Amino acid sequence: MDFFIGHYNYWVVIILMMVGLYTVISRGNLVKKIIGLNIFQVSVFFLYISLGTVEGGAAPIIAEGVKVYSNPLPHVLILTAIVVGVATTALALALVVRIKETYGTIEEDEIHNLDHSL
Amino acid sequence: MGNHISLLLVIVPLIAAPLVAVLPRGRLPWAVSFAVSVVCAVFAGIQLWSVLNGGVISYELGGWAPPWGIEYRIDAVNAFVALIVAVIAALTLPYALHSTEREIPDEKIPTFYSALLLCLTGLLGITQTGDIFNVFVFLEISSLSSYALISLGKQRQAFTASYQYLIMGTIGATFYLIGVGLLYSQTGTLNMQDMANILPSVLQLNTIVTGFTFIMVGIALKLALFPLHLWLPNAYTYAPSVVTVFLAATATKVAVYVMLRILFTVFPQTFTIATPADELFIVAGMAGVIIASFYAIYQKNIKRLLAYSSVAQIGYMVLGIGFATATGLMATLIHLFNHALMKGALFMAIGAIIYRIDSCRLDQIHGLGRAMPWTFGAIVIGGLSLVGVPGTAGFISKWYLVTAALEQSAWLPVAVILIGSLLAVVYVGRLIEALYFKPAADNGKVVTEAPLMLLLPTWGLVLANIYFGLDTDLTVGVAEQAAAILGGMKP
Amino acid sequence: MRPNLILHVIAKFVIPLIILFALYVQFHGDFGPGGGFQAGVIFSAAFILYSLVFGLETAEKIIPPHWLRILASLGVVIYAGVGIESLILGGNYLDYTLLGSTQIAGQHLGILLVELGVGITVAAAMLILFFAFAGRGRE
Repeated sequence: MDFFIGHYNYWVVIILMMVGLYTVISRGNLVKKIIGLNIFQVSVFFLYISLGTVEGGAAPIIAEGVKVYSNPLPHVLILTAIVVGVATTALALALVVRIKETYGTIEEDEIHNLDHSL
Repeated sequence: MGNHISLLLVIVPLIAAPLVAVLPRGRLPWAVSFAVSVVCAVFAGIQLWSVLNGGVISYELGGWAPPWGIEYRIDAVNAFVALIVAVIAALTLPYALHSTEREIPDEKIPTFYSALLLCLTGLLGITQTGDIFNVFVFLEISSLSSYALISLGKQRQAFTASYQYLIMGTIGATFYLIGVGLLYSQTGTLNMQDMANILPSVLQLNTIVTGFTFIMVGIALKLALFPLHLWLPNAYTYAPSVVTVFLAATATKVAVYVMLRILFTVFPQTFTIATPADELFIVAGMAGVIIASFYAIYQKNIKRLLAYSSVAQIGYMVLGIGFATATGLMATLIHLFNHALMKGALFMAIGAIIYRIDSCRLDQIHGLGRAMPWTFGAIVIGGLSLVGVPGTAGFISKWYLVTAALEQSAWLPVAVILIGSLLAVVYVGRLIEALYFKPAADNGKVVTEAPLMLLLPTWGLVLANIYFGLDTDLTVGVAEQAAAILGGMKP
Repeated sequence: MRPNLILHVIAKFVIPLIILFALYVQFHGDFGPGGGFQAGVIFSAAFILYSLVFGLETAEKIIPPHWLRILASLGVVIYAGVGIESLILGGNYLDYTLLGSTQIAGQHLGILLVELGVGITVAAAMLILFFAFAGRGRE
C-alpha cells in the first residue's frame, strides 16, 4: 500500500501518460490526437516538477528564515518544454486548419480514402 | 575568435533567421541565407581542423562553469557531424534559389528561408552542445521548423505528411524528455561529461535502465529506425525538393549522432553491451535494410523510392552501432558522411527533374535521361554510390561495415549487407531503366537540361562521391579518431 | 458586431490592469517569480481580450500584423544581441558580468534585457498565432 501512496505523483504521471498516448493512437480525429498529445506532454511536465520537490522545501526564492528550497532547475527545464509544447500545438492546429480547408474533413480515415480514390 | 567559433556556428543562423523573416520578397532572403550557410561551413571547417590538431574544445555559455552552466563540448565526433550539416546547407542553398521560386509561393519565400535557417540552427546546436537537455531544445527547434518546411509542399498530402511527422516526432522528443528526466533524477546533472562520471555508480538502478530505454526509443523515432520509420517516406515525398535534400542529408544523421553520444559517451560502453540494446540494433538494422529495400523496389514515385532507400541506409548505420566495436562505429560514421553525399546528390537530381516536368512519378520520367544528360549522369553515379560500387563513396562505407561484421564472425549481417546491395541494384536499376531505356512519352513537350544553378551543387556532391571513394584520408582518418573517442579504444 | 455595453466597460477597465500586471511580471522577474515568457503571454492576453470584445479589425488597427512580425524578430535579435555584446566585451556568449560597471550590475542589466527580448517575442508570437487562427476564412 505504501508503494502506491508513497509514489502517488508517479502514478498520476503514468496514468496521464497512458491516457494521452492512447488518445493519440486510438482516435481518428486529428484535433483529438492533438489533445492526446498535449495530455501526454503535460504528464512529463508533472514528472519533472514533482522530481524537483524537496520535502518541506519552500519555493526557490531567497527569503529570511528559509533553509530548505525546492530544486528550481526542473521548473526551468519544464518552462522551456512548455514553450515547445505551445509551439507544437499551434503548428499542429495550423496544419489541421489547412487540412480541413483542402480535404474538407479532419477524420483520418476519410482523408486516407480521399487520397487513395484519386 | 578562437573558441568563439563553436558558438558562432549556432548563433549566426539563429540571428539571421528572424532577420530573414522580415526581409522583403525577392532574392534578398536567399542571398542572406546563402551567405550565412557559407559562413557556417567555413566555421565548421575551422572547428574540425582545430579539434583534430588541438583536442577537445569546451565553451562555457554565459561564463558559467560546467556542470552548472551549459557547455558546448566539441571533439572529433561532433566537429565531423557539424561539418557535414554545414557543408550540405552551403550546397543546398545555391540549389534552393531556382527550385523554391518554382515550388514555393512568392509571399512565403522569406518565411521559408527563415525556417530553413532555424532548422540549420537546431541541427548545428544538437551537434555542438554538451548538455543533454539542450539537445532536446535544439531537437525541437529543428523538428518544428522542418514540420513547417514539409507542409509547404505543393501537393495537399504535404499537410498530412507534416502532421504525421509532427505527431511521431513529438512523441519521440517527449520520450527523450522522459528519459532525460529519469537520468537527471538519479544523477542530478545534465552535463553529458558530468553524467558520464556519475552514472557508473548508479547503473544498477531500474530508473536508469528505464531512462535509457525511453531515450533510445525516442531517438529511434527521430532517426526513423525500422520499424519506427513510418513518418519518413511521406515526409520526404511531399516536402519541397530543397527541403527533402536538406533533411535527407542532415536530419537523420544528426539523430544518429545523438544516439552515438548517449550510447558511448554518456553511458559506459559496458552498460550498452550488457543491455539487449546492441542486439536489438543489429536485428532492427538488418530488418530495415531488407524490408525497406523491398519497399523501395515497389514504389511508383521516385522520391518515395529514395525515401525508402534512406530507411534502408539508416539500417546500415544502426548495424554499425549494434556491433559496438571501434570498426563498427567507424563504419557508422563513414556511412553517415557518405550517405549525406549520395542522398544529397540523388535528391538534388530528382529535384532538377521535378523542376522541369513538375512530377516525380516513375511512369512520367520515361526517356528523360536522354533529354537531361547531366541530371541523368548525377543519378547514375549517385545510384552506383548507393549500391556500393568500388570507386564510389558508398563502397568505402560498405567495406568498413563488412569488415566490422567479419571481425565478429557475424555471418548473417554480412549476408544482409550483400543482399541489401543487390536490392539497391534493383531499385536504382528501375530508376535508370525508366530514365534512359524507356521510350519518351510522345506528348509534344520538349524537356531541356536543368538550369546551371541546379546542376552545379548536384555535381559538386556527385564529384564528392567519387572523390571520397578514391581518397579516404579525410573520412576514414576522422572517423577513426571519432570512433576512438566514442569507444575509447583503437580498432 | 453588436456592441455590448457591459463587455465594453469591463474590458476597458480590465485591460489596463492586465497590461500593468504583465509589466510587473516582466520587470520584477529578477527578484521574484516571473519573466519574459509569462509576461509576454499575459500581455498578449490583454490584446486578445480586446479583439474578442471590440472585433478583430479594430485590434488589427492598433497592432498591424506586419508590425507583430517585426516585433517577434526584434525580440530574438535583442536576446542574441546581448550575447554578442558580451562577446565583443571579451567574455563568453551571454556572460552578463561584463555588461555593467560591477558584476552584479552587469547581471541585472543582462537578464533584464534578455527577458525583455523574450517578452517582446512571446507577446508578438502569441498575437500572431491568435490573429492567424481568428482571421482564417475571413477573406
